[in-house]
Amino acid sequence: MSQSAKSQQSILESVNTKVLKSDLPALSIGDTINVHNRIVEGDKERVQVYQGVLIARAGRGMTDMITVRRVVDEVGIERVWPVNSPLIAKIEVLRHGDARRSKLYYLRDRVGKSRRLRDRRRGLKNIEVPGETKHAPAAPAASTEPAKQ
Amino acid sequence: MALSLLGRKVGMTRVFNDAGVNVPVTVLALGPCVVTQVRSKEKDGYTAVQIGFEEIKARRSTIPVIGHDAKAGVGPQRVHREFRVEEKDAGNYSLGQALTVKDFAGTLFVDVIGTSKGKGFQGTMKRWHFKGQYASHGTERKHRSPGSIGSLCSNRGFGGGLAKGKKMAGHMGAVRRTCRSLDIVRIDEANNLLLVKGSVPGANTGIIEVRPAIRLYRGKAKKVADAAKK
Repeated sequence: MSQSAKSQQSILESVNTKVLKSDLPALSIGDTINVHNRIVEGDKERVQVYQGVLIARAGRGMTDMITVRRVVDEVGIERVWPVNSPLIAKIEVLRHGDARRSKLYYLRDRVGKSRRLRDRRRGLKNIEVPGETKHAPAAPAASTEPAKQ
Repeated sequence: MALSLLGRKVGMTRVFNDAGVNVPVTVLALGPCVVTQVRSKEKDGYTAVQIGFEEIKARRSTIPVIGHDAKAGVGPQRVHREFRVEEKDAGNYSLGQALTVKDFAGTLFVDVIGTSKGKGFQGTMKRWHFKGQYASHGTERKHRSPGSIGSLCSNRGFGGGLAKGKKMAGHMGAVRRTCRSLDIVRIDEANNLLLVKGSVPGANTGIIEVRPAIRLYRGKAKKVADAAKK
């Protein structure tokens, strides 16, 4: 009856599987996302939408955490959630941002237009002319306005 | 009801409670344990119940253990533990009876006993949280040393030697440790799992013993009292 390490892992997974969300969209760093979070006030429940840029993601499975940054009135707000939290009703991806690193903490130091992320461009057309985007980092062609009210 | 169950630590994860709050939990695979002996006042001088956990192959066991467990109608068990019961409750237990996490239903807090992870030979800073010495100001090669371990004066009352039990470097960990009054987060009867809040001693797959909490601080005692009223 002794349990191997593998079966121990499967027991843990069986505890987690019910909670893990299967309907999550593919999130990548730099995306502008809408997080629909449930807010319970007394017996009433309402959904508040928080829009911002996904600047960090940490952990896997049950420990998967997302950090979403938005700027309101020139004041930066960052909220961190477990992705699988039941308090998150839904996550929507609005725009894919072009991010070259996995943690966009440099956005905290950015002011004004430089705060924006270029849209991610995909497809054969962009692969053929990679030099263009490389030489013009300061002039994003299709810039985004993350988290603007 | 006095009760004790044996099991193995599976590992840690997190669950979200009804309010959506993230709770760190340790998953324990408990039992099913089997009653291998019921000790009685007449025969043994005290009343207790002995339980066994995890059947092992006979060739890995010893003849006395095989014979002892055969009386309960089971194969040799890997671990045996005893827990004391009131004399009037002793009748609730019979040889060969299976005890499972189901018996923890209604219990709010448990103590978890395990063998902590061995740390090897450790210095005083890690082992006893000494502060060590200065990092600079002329300190050389003594940054993590314990400092003075006593003087003639401080040891005078102890017969000339060092005080016994003086905290020094040495072997750390791999000792029996009890985590008291852990919250039961969930009881999974189908899979014999018990989820308790927080960490428990020992490595994953380590043998652990779980019993209802024997001592509670005021806040938790109140919760137990409130639950009993309902």
